[in-house]
Amino acid sequence: MRLIMAGLARGLRCAPMFRDRTNVIATALLGAGLGYLGFRFVSWAMVNAIWTLPEGANSSLCRAAKGEGACWAVISERFRFILFGMYPFDEQWRPALACLLFVSLYVVSAIRAWWKPWLLAFWVAIPMAAILLMRGGLSGLTAVPTEFWGGLPLTFVLSTVGFAAAFPLAVALALGRRSQMPGIRVLSIAYIELIRGVPIITFLFMAAVMFPLFVPQSFTVDKLLRAQIAFVMVIAAYLAEVVRAGLQAIPKGQYEAAASMGLSFWPATVLIVLPQALRATIPALVNTFIAVFKDTSLVVVIGLFDLLGAAKAVIVDPKWVGFGIEVYLFVAAVYFGFCYSVSRYTQHLEKILMARNHHS
Amino acid sequence: MFHVELKNVNKWYGELHVLRDINLKVTRGERIVICGPSGSGKSTMIRCINRLETHQKGTIVVDGAELTNDLKKIDEVRRDVGMVFQNFNLFPHLTILENCTLAPIWVKKMSKREAQDVAMHYLRRVQIPEQANKYPGQLSGGQQQRVAIARALCITPKIMLFDEPTSALDPEMVKEVLDTIISLAEEGMTMLCVTHEMGFARQVANRVIFMDAGQILEVNEPNAFFSHPQHERTKLFLSQVLH
Repeated sequence: MRLIMAGLARGLRCAPMFRDRTNVIATALLGAGLGYLGFRFVSWAMVNAIWTLPEGANSSLCRAAKGEGACWAVISERFRFILFGMYPFDEQWRPALACLLFVSLYVVSAIRAWWKPWLLAFWVAIPMAAILLMRGGLSGLTAVPTEFWGGLPLTFVLSTVGFAAAFPLAVALALGRRSQMPGIRVLSIAYIELIRGVPIITFLFMAAVMFPLFVPQSFTVDKLLRAQIAFVMVIAAYLAEVVRAGLQAIPKGQYEAAASMGLSFWPATVLIVLPQALRATIPALVNTFIAVFKDTSLVVVIGLFDLLGAAKAVIVDPKWVGFGIEVYLFVAAVYFGFCYSVSRYTQHLEKILMARNHHS
Repeated sequence: MFHVELKNVNKWYGELHVLRDINLKVTRGERIVICGPSGSGKSTMIRCINRLETHQKGTIVVDGAELTNDLKKIDEVRRDVGMVFQNFNLFPHLTILENCTLAPIWVKKMSKREAQDVAMHYLRRVQIPEQANKYPGQLSGGQQQRVAIARALCITPKIMLFDEPTSALDPEMVKEVLDTIISLAEEGMTMLCVTHEMGFARQVANRVIFMDAGQILEVNEPNAFFSHPQHERTKLFLSQVLH
C-alpha cells in the first residue's frame, strides 16, 4: 500500500501543478473553487432546470425555481423567434434554408482543393440566392419585406454580404495605399484611418440617420440596406490593412521578376502578387470574418433584429422578464459554436500553410 | 549602333554615390562579364539596364530606345531584355510550365497552346522538360535556376542579364547552370553577366570588366585581364579570388 502511495506521489509531483508546496496549495484552492462553482452551475443549468412548460401555462413554475434552476423553457418556447425574428411563422423554412445555404458556402470555402476562381462566383451567387429566397415575391413565394427579417439569417446576411462586397474594395484600398501616385495614396490612407478611428456604432447611426437625408424625399432606402452599406464600408477599411500586410510580405524579388518580364502593373498584381498575398493572409482574413460576424450584433441600436436583438426582444416580453441569463447563454452558445469552429479551422489551416512554406 | 550603351551614368542612393560616370558600349552578340568586390555597383549597373533601378544622370540606350521615366518605353525595353536573378525569383504558386508561359501569354499575347510549345522548347533547352508540372518548391536550386533561365528565354529576349546566377547555389549545382549559360553564349546571345566564377569568365567572355566603388576600373579581353591586370585594385581582387 505504501509503495502504491509513494509511486502515485512521485507521478503527481511530475506535473507542474504539484511541483512544489506553493503549486500544490494553489492547485488545491483553485480546484476546490472551480469544483464548487462547477457543481453549482451544473445543478442550476441541468439538474434543477425546467426544460419545458405545459401548453399555455404561464411562467410561474419557472419563477418559483428562479435562482435554483435554469428556465430553459424560455428557449424551447421562443427559440424560433430568437433564431428567425419576426419572420412569418409558416414561412420560416425559408430563412432556415437561407442559413443552411450560408453555412454550406463557408464549408465549401474551407476546402483548399476548391480555392479556384469559380469559388468567387459562389460567394456572389449564394448570398444572392439566400436573399431572394427570404425576400420572396417570385415563383409562388410570398413577399416578406426586410422589416420582418431577423435573427440568425440577418446575422449571416450582414456578415457574409458585408465581407464579400468589402473584399474588392479592401484590395483596391490596400493597393492604393501602396501606390506611387500621391493622390490615390492620400485618399486610401484617409479612408482607412478615418473609418478605423471611429467606433463602428457611429457608422451605423450615420447610415440610419444620414443616408435618408441624401436621397430625394419620396425615395426611402431600406434600413437593412443602409446598415449593409455601412458594414461594407467599415469592413473594407479593416480588411484593407490585412491585405496590405500580405502585400508587404511578398519578397521584392517577386515584383522584380514580374517587372523584368515586361508585365505591367495590373497583370503582375493579379497574377503574381495577389494570389500569394491573399494566401498568406488567410488566417488573418478568417479572423476578421469572425470579428465581423459578432459585430453585426451592433445593428440592434438602429432597430434591426439580428440574433442578439431578437434575444433582447424576448426578455422584454412580460412573461419572460428576468430570464435574461438563459437567453443570453443560448445566444452566446450559438455565437461560440460558429466562431469556435471557424477558429479551429484557422488553426488547422495555419498548420497546413506552414508545412507548405517549408517545402520550398 | 550599339546594342546597349551607357553614357556617363551616375546614380546616388541618397548621399551614397553608387555609380560614378559609367561608360560602356556593348555590341550585338557580345558577352560581358562584370566582376568586383561586393558593394561595387555591379548589380546596380545591370539593374539600371532594365530599369529595375533608375539612374539620376547620364543616358542608357538599349537597342535604340533610351530609358527614361516613360513607362511605355520601359515595358518595351523589358520585353527585349531577359533577367536571371541570384535568388531565382520563380513564382511559387505556379507550376514550372505556368511560370514559363506567363510572359508569352500576357506580354507577347500568344495563345495558351503556342505559349506552352515555346515553354516546353526552352525547358528542353535547359534539359528539364520532365519537371514541367512540378512546383518550384519541389526542385533543387540548380533546377530552379535553369527554370529561371528558361523563363527569361520564353519572351525571346535579345539581351540577357545575369545577376550572380550561381552565387546562391550549392557547389555541385553551379556547373549545370554555367553549362546552360555557356550554351546560350555559343548561340550568339548578347549577355551581361555579374559573377564571381572566373573560369566561366575566361571561357565565355569577350570582355571582362572590373568594378570597384561604383567605377569601372578595368576592361579587357579575358586572357589579358587575368594574366596582366593593370590596376592595383584589380590585382588585389584577382589575388583574393583566384587562389
